[in-house]
Amino acid sequence: MSATFSAAPDLPGILPVPKERGRIGGFIYRHPAIAIGGALVLLMILIAIFAPYLGTRDPTSLAPAKRTREPPMPLDWLNYWLGLDGRPRNADYWFGSDMLGRDVYSRVLYGSRVSLMVGFSVAFCASIVGTTIGLCAGFIRGLDAVVMRVMDGLMSIPPILLAIALMALTRASVQNVIVAISIAEFPRVCRLVRGVVLSLREQPYVEAAIASGTRVPVIIWKHILPNTLAPLMVQATFICASAMITEATLSFIGAGTPPIIPSWGNIMAEGRALWQVKPYIVFFPAIFLSITVLSVNLLGDGLRDALDPRLAKRL
Amino acid sequence: MTADRPLLEVNDLKKHFPIHGGLLGGVTAKVYAVDGVSFDIRRGETLSLVGESGCGKSTVGKAILRLFKLTDGEVRLDGERIDNMPAGKLRMMRKRIQVVFQDPFSSLNPRMKVRDILAEPLINFGMPHRAAEIGALMDKVRLPRDAINRFPHEFSGGQRQRIGIARALAPGADLIICDEAVSALDVSVKAQIINLLADLQDELGLALLFISHDLATVEHLTHRVAVMYLGKIVELTDRRTLFARSHHPYTRALLSAVPVPDPLAKRNRIILKGDVPSPINPPSGCRFHTRCPFVFDRCKIEEPLLRSVGVGHMSACHLDEIPGGQVVPGTA
Repeated sequence: MSATFSAAPDLPGILPVPKERGRIGGFIYRHPAIAIGGALVLLMILIAIFAPYLGTRDPTSLAPAKRTREPPMPLDWLNYWLGLDGRPRNADYWFGSDMLGRDVYSRVLYGSRVSLMVGFSVAFCASIVGTTIGLCAGFIRGLDAVVMRVMDGLMSIPPILLAIALMALTRASVQNVIVAISIAEFPRVCRLVRGVVLSLREQPYVEAAIASGTRVPVIIWKHILPNTLAPLMVQATFICASAMITEATLSFIGAGTPPIIPSWGNIMAEGRALWQVKPYIVFFPAIFLSITVLSVNLLGDGLRDALDPRLAKRL
Repeated sequence: MTADRPLLEVNDLKKHFPIHGGLLGGVTAKVYAVDGVSFDIRRGETLSLVGESGCGKSTVGKAILRLFKLTDGEVRLDGERIDNMPAGKLRMMRKRIQVVFQDPFSSLNPRMKVRDILAEPLINFGMPHRAAEIGALMDKVRLPRDAINRFPHEFSGGQRQRIGIARALAPGADLIICDEAVSALDVSVKAQIINLLADLQDELGLALLFISHDLATVEHLTHRVAVMYLGKIVELTDRRTLFARSHHPYTRALLSAVPVPDPLAKRNRIILKGDVPSPINPPSGCRFHTRCPFVFDRCKIEEPLLRSVGVGHMSACHLDEIPGGQVVPGTA
């Protein structure tokens, strides 16, 4: 028996060696949902901003002679690029044209402006209003019961119905759509913020701040608000997605954005009559809406996982 | 004002928390958290408040800090009533009473740097809050000055507790309420923090109200001890008397539960039966009668008053009135 010890044998790959990843690569690996969702949202924002430079035409110009042109099929484009066939029919109308001869591609791209603006504006307005009321309700005991019962009442009405009712009271315009959907959505923010405030105000560091003479507005600003930001951001992304769907629904039933402004809901509403024979008019705005809402939701899910300390600790 | 007037006087302090319930949220019951507590603290003195969890000792601390309104009773600081002070005056009074909490992790805002945590009370009371003043506070609690730009999560539990103490020292308080300030710490760190508090008391002439459930900890830094049971003080005396000749059966049961670092030592444990009764519906008469090993008829009907049983020694037990009724410690 040999008295010397042999060198330790190479350990089998029980412990995986962490792969070298760059900063961006590491971020994508750890938070794929944020990366994918964020990239898609960013892409939609860029499309909305640069719509005039992406080969679009005036989305409202009519061309009765070129009504309901069907878009070329992907196979036609492939054959054209491979040189097997000539330029496809209706090559100028990438997504076809509608029953008034308007270019669907241009309309869908310009329509993203309305959808994104409504989504982001509602998320912003509902967060601001909901946070303000939620902070007050959480901090002022007497206000809490009254305010939260009103919020319960508002939340018991389906948001879409409340938005329809509010739109029926006013003139159709994008601003009014934003206001109507914000009113329907802000109680959720309010309830969330109030809950966070109720748990934070019992924290010893808040009691210590009171004991060291900090005024209530300063306590809210320095101790409470920074700690509500994480759940608030997550909630805001979900409200953004839900607002875009509500906007499209309102436009679809003719209670939202005025028909003169192209929005995804409007385009679908106008294509509805022809959808059995010319389905592409509905298909393209619908696919854009779906992808946008999906990517915003994906971003929200990713943020929740990243910001929630209990879930973030998982391996 | 006489020179020997105590710094803090607490007179018949009561705090009852209403329990809301029912359809309309009316008050269905009350928690008698603190039900008539009186004591005083002199300048530079340490008074410990000990008792089981739920006996109302933390509530007493928070009531003195005016974190809520009192149900009844009065609290005087230097002879001036602070229990009914208007908000504006109260804010300036807060400078004189500060607090150190139990949990060093939740008592510091995780999103603020140490510099901002320590500057907050200074800003509130319009005191200078430059790096020099904040550095001086760090010196007082024996932490390095260059740590002020770090966040709380970069410190250990003991270091965080030092930051909490520095915050309490910042406005130049006369009285610091230590609400279980060392209970969450390891034994070695606990000793360091207790020594720090004792040093600071000598240096600055601080009065400490030391709230704890641990008599062994209290023994090392206190001058006097008040023992609480179910919202009332059952015995109040100086440290030496408490550990040598305590009167109240509850105090003796507590003392017998203190661990002794000698495995061979003969111990006369007094094992109390049952649990602490609910403060929602406290027992009649003496609140301790349901668990007292020496209970007799009178205890169930008549509530014993806190009476003087020696020099600076108060006890609330009917046995004190019976000559020779006192059971000598060690024979229980």
